[in-house]
Amino acid sequence: MPHDGHDHDDHSELSPIALRVRALESLLVEKGYVDPAALDVLIDTYETKIGPRNGAKVVARAWTDPAYAKWLKEDATAAIESLGYTGRQGEHMVALFNTPEIHNMVVCTLCSCYPWPVLGLPPVWYKSPPYRSRAVIDPRGVLAEFGVTLPETTKVSVWDSTAEIRYLVIPMRPANTEGLSEDELAGLVNRDSMIGTRLAGKVA
Amino acid sequence: MNGVHDLGGMMGFGPIAAPAVEPVFHEKWEGRMAALVMAVPGDWSIDEDRAACESMHPAKYLKTSYYEHWLHGLELLLKKHTPDSASAMRPADIWPALTARRSYVRDIETPAAFAVGQNVRVKVMHPAGHTRAPRYVRGHTGEVVRLHGAHVFPDSNALGRGENPQWLYTVRFTAKELWGRANDDTVMLDLWEPYLEPA
Repeated sequence: MPHDGHDHDDHSELSPIALRVRALESLLVEKGYVDPAALDVLIDTYETKIGPRNGAKVVARAWTDPAYAKWLKEDATAAIESLGYTGRQGEHMVALFNTPEIHNMVVCTLCSCYPWPVLGLPPVWYKSPPYRSRAVIDPRGVLAEFGVTLPETTKVSVWDSTAEIRYLVIPMRPANTEGLSEDELAGLVNRDSMIGTRLAGKVA
Repeated sequence: MNGVHDLGGMMGFGPIAAPAVEPVFHEKWEGRMAALVMAVPGDWSIDEDRAACESMHPAKYLKTSYYEHWLHGLELLLKKHTPDSASAMRPADIWPALTARRSYVRDIETPAAFAVGQNVRVKVMHPAGHTRAPRYVRGHTGEVVRLHGAHVFPDSNALGRGENPQWLYTVRFTAKELWGRANDDTVMLDLWEPYLEPA
C-alpha cells in the first residue's frame, strides 16, 4: 500500500473519531459505494448553498407580500418551493407566524429534525440534550437564555418535530423597518429567529 | 424504545450555550461523516437510520456529538445491509438528489378515526422498538388541530416491516396538562393514529 510521510503526519494529528470516519470512508470508497468527489460537493453544498439565508428570503417575502404570506400559511411547501427551496428534510413544510399573541418555537426532542432546505444543517445546540430536554418543559427559561423575555400575555407554543413535517417560524417584522427593501429585511432575519429562540433583528 | 434519545422534559443538562455564529461543521470529520450518511446508496429508510442512531448505549449517547451518533448508526446499518455500488452518487448527482421533491404521504383506505377539534389521549405504551411518541405525552390528553393525511409509519418502517401508512395528526397539549404549569402555553406534536385513543 502506498504510504508517504505526509499522509503519516496527517494521521498522527487526527483524533480517534476522525480516524474512524476516515477508515469508514476509505472502506466505502474501496467498495465503490462512495465517490470522494461527491462527498466534497455535499459538504460544499451545506456550507455555502443550503443555509439560513434561504429561510431569511422566505421570511422577507412574507413580510412584504401579503399574498405570499397567505400562500405560506395555506401551503408552505409550495410557497417555499416557488423560491427554489425544496428537497431533503423539507418534504412537508408548515410555516408558523409569530404574533403579539403567540410565539412559536421549534424543537426535535427525539433527534434533530430541522428544515434543511430553508435553514441548512442544524447548529450543535439544537441537537444537544440541554435544548432538546428543556424546550418543551421550560420554553420561557430557554428563551431567557437567548435573551428573549416575552410579555406574559404572549402565549408560547412549542412544536416538537416528531414526524416528517418540518416547521419554519416566521418571526415578527421588527419595528421601524417600513423603508427597507426585501433584501435589507432578509438581512435582519437571523437563523435562530426562524427556530423561534430569538426575535428578528441583528444578533449582537 | 424508552431510550435516552427521548429527552423531552428531562433536567440537569445545564445551559444551552448557543453561540450566535458557528461553522456548519466544527471539524473536518463532521463534514465527511454527514456527507457519508447522505451519499451511501443503502436500501434502508430514514426510520431504520434513526432507530440505529438511538441504539447507542445511553451513557455514550450523552457523551458524544451528534455526528458520532450518525457514525454509530451508519456502521450498524452497514452490518445489516449491502449498499448498491451501481447507485453510487457522482458529483453531478448531488444537487438533483438533495433538492428532489419527495413525500411521506401515502394512500390509505380506512377513514381517519379522529377529527380536528376532537380530544384524544396518547396511549400508555412502552414499545420495545422505534417509536415517535415521546414518553412525556403518553397518557396525556390533547386536541387534534390538524390532519396531515396518511404518512409512512415509523414504528413499522424502522423494523423493515413496510411503510404501513397511518393517519398523522398535529395534537395540541396544554403546558398545564403536561407539566402542571399555570400559564396558557402549549406543546404541539405530530402523532400517528395508532398512538392515539378517544379521550
